[in-house]
Amino acid sequence: MAESKSLRVAYGETLVELGAENDKIVVLDADLAHATMTNGFAGQYPERFFNFGIAEANMMCAAAGFAHSGLIPFCSTFALFGAGRAYEQIRNSISYVNANVKLALSHSGLCVGEDGGSHQSIEDIALMRVLPGMTIFVPCDPIETQKAVRAAVEINGPVYIRVARPVCDCVTEEDTPFIPGKANIMRDGSDVAILATGLMIPEALKAADLLADEGIKAAVVNFHTIKPLDADCVLKMAEQCGAVVTAEEHSIIGGVGSAVAEVLAGNSNAKFARVGVNDKFGKSGKPADLFKAYGLTAENIAANCKKLIK
Amino acid sequence: MNIAQQQEKAKQLRADILKMLYTCQSGHPGGSLSCVEMLMALYYNTIKVDPKNPRWEDRDRVVLSKGHACPALYAVLADMGFFPREDLWDLRQINSHLQGHPDCTKTPGVDVNTGSLGQGVSIAGGLAMAAKLKKKAYQIYAIIGDGEAQEGLVWEAAMSAAHYKLDNLTVMLDHNGLQIDGSNDEVMSIGDIVKKYESFGFECITVDGHDIQAIVGAIEAPHNGKPKFICCQTHKGHGVSFMSDQYGWHGKAPSKDDYERAIKELGVAVNG
Repeated sequence: MAESKSLRVAYGETLVELGAENDKIVVLDADLAHATMTNGFAGQYPERFFNFGIAEANMMCAAAGFAHSGLIPFCSTFALFGAGRAYEQIRNSISYVNANVKLALSHSGLCVGEDGGSHQSIEDIALMRVLPGMTIFVPCDPIETQKAVRAAVEINGPVYIRVARPVCDCVTEEDTPFIPGKANIMRDGSDVAILATGLMIPEALKAADLLADEGIKAAVVNFHTIKPLDADCVLKMAEQCGAVVTAEEHSIIGGVGSAVAEVLAGNSNAKFARVGVNDKFGKSGKPADLFKAYGLTAENIAANCKKLIK
Repeated sequence: MNIAQQQEKAKQLRADILKMLYTCQSGHPGGSLSCVEMLMALYYNTIKVDPKNPRWEDRDRVVLSKGHACPALYAVLADMGFFPREDLWDLRQINSHLQGHPDCTKTPGVDVNTGSLGQGVSIAGGLAMAAKLKKKAYQIYAIIGDGEAQEGLVWEAAMSAAHYKLDNLTVMLDHNGLQIDGSNDEVMSIGDIVKKYESFGFECITVDGHDIQAIVGAIEAPHNGKPKFICCQTHKGHGVSFMSDQYGWHGKAPSKDDYERAIKELGVAVNG
């Protein structure tokens, strides 16, 4: 298994590699380079690194200016202050013109932990998902983070990458395909399909183990791309299993659960449940304690699966 | 163009603006009429652009950050040949490339999208930073409104422009003193905006915003290693007596009677 590391560290390392390969890449940050890990790029390529200070809105519009000039800007800050505070700048100056800006926003979700609800973005996927033309990647481990960052460069248009803070084990392999818009079936099954994303992938795999102990065959599918969503895969798994449970470290309103529901409604009779943050704000605590308190656990995913198929 | 010809051109552009707004029965006459000479100082007297090659990489960039004044920009772009003049009369219509606010993906000659106030001048900063990184000599001009200066983003952009010593960026203020709900001072005073820009680190110049030669002089004045701020003192609705300095004409289309009176006053024909 490849080395465990924080997804933000994997992001920062990939940026440094890309900096050597592609002189069009510039990196913009808003006084968080030591947290988003863009500081590695800043050290190697100071002339292509721009700190905007604590002014996220200006960073987003300036990124559009860089993109209009033929450069490929990566913008980083915390997810809440990028996708949230600077939402309308992303909407009008980036997404509306299909500007080639990459938004690699870190510290998403409850895993921010101790900083509390003011800093825990549980709505960034929802906000980005309603923007026409926005591609959304939610990598689950360091390897997938590297692939998502590289895939973003290949896409001509805005890409949102949700970069989580905790140290994560690798659950994918170097040779696992990463095709934007194509979900990866990590484990096949016939009784229930767990459609998960990001940090819920390890929990989903553990849930499948728990269910296997009880003789329930659960499929686990990694939706590393939320937009465009792999609708064919959603419908295929719904037909194959007859029961679908989504799992995300995000509000169940507007996130992966909603995206999957939009595909299933009118197209499938599969039973359906969503695991995620259930219309609540986060709060301070250790990430593991928060995941337990908000039901973002293998046990809760397994319980939801069992409820559907009993 | 000599001064008399430029004055005649200004009248023609104003008539075009009024015809556009009268035809589509919507849009923003006041702020469009106030920035005509600012656009003329740029497009007819200083900047390098190529109507036959709107995306020419080395062109100077103009960002109309007060995007609602786009009828003035469209009139200039059509006059310069970026697109056919008859397109003007389809402004804001379903199949027109002329959107209610500037759209660079649709209109030849429009460099960036604007309309959401504060964003254009911030994008202009990014353009200026990119130009420096690419060692390009082209200049970036952003036209902001005084109501727009109430947006916090304008000041975030000012701070970073000075920090990065963007001496290829010029921010031009269309200071007509009025906004939708009344005067700046009634709605939200912007204070001594020249002093503000000065204290942010800009090279500042104040001119009569309806005197093309004065504006050109300010554009050509040295940056002294800093971003430049040109405060253009203007009148909202300038050139049409009953619209001049009236905030009520911010976003109101002229009636048939208004339109005919205005065109008569300007004394130019608006054929074709």
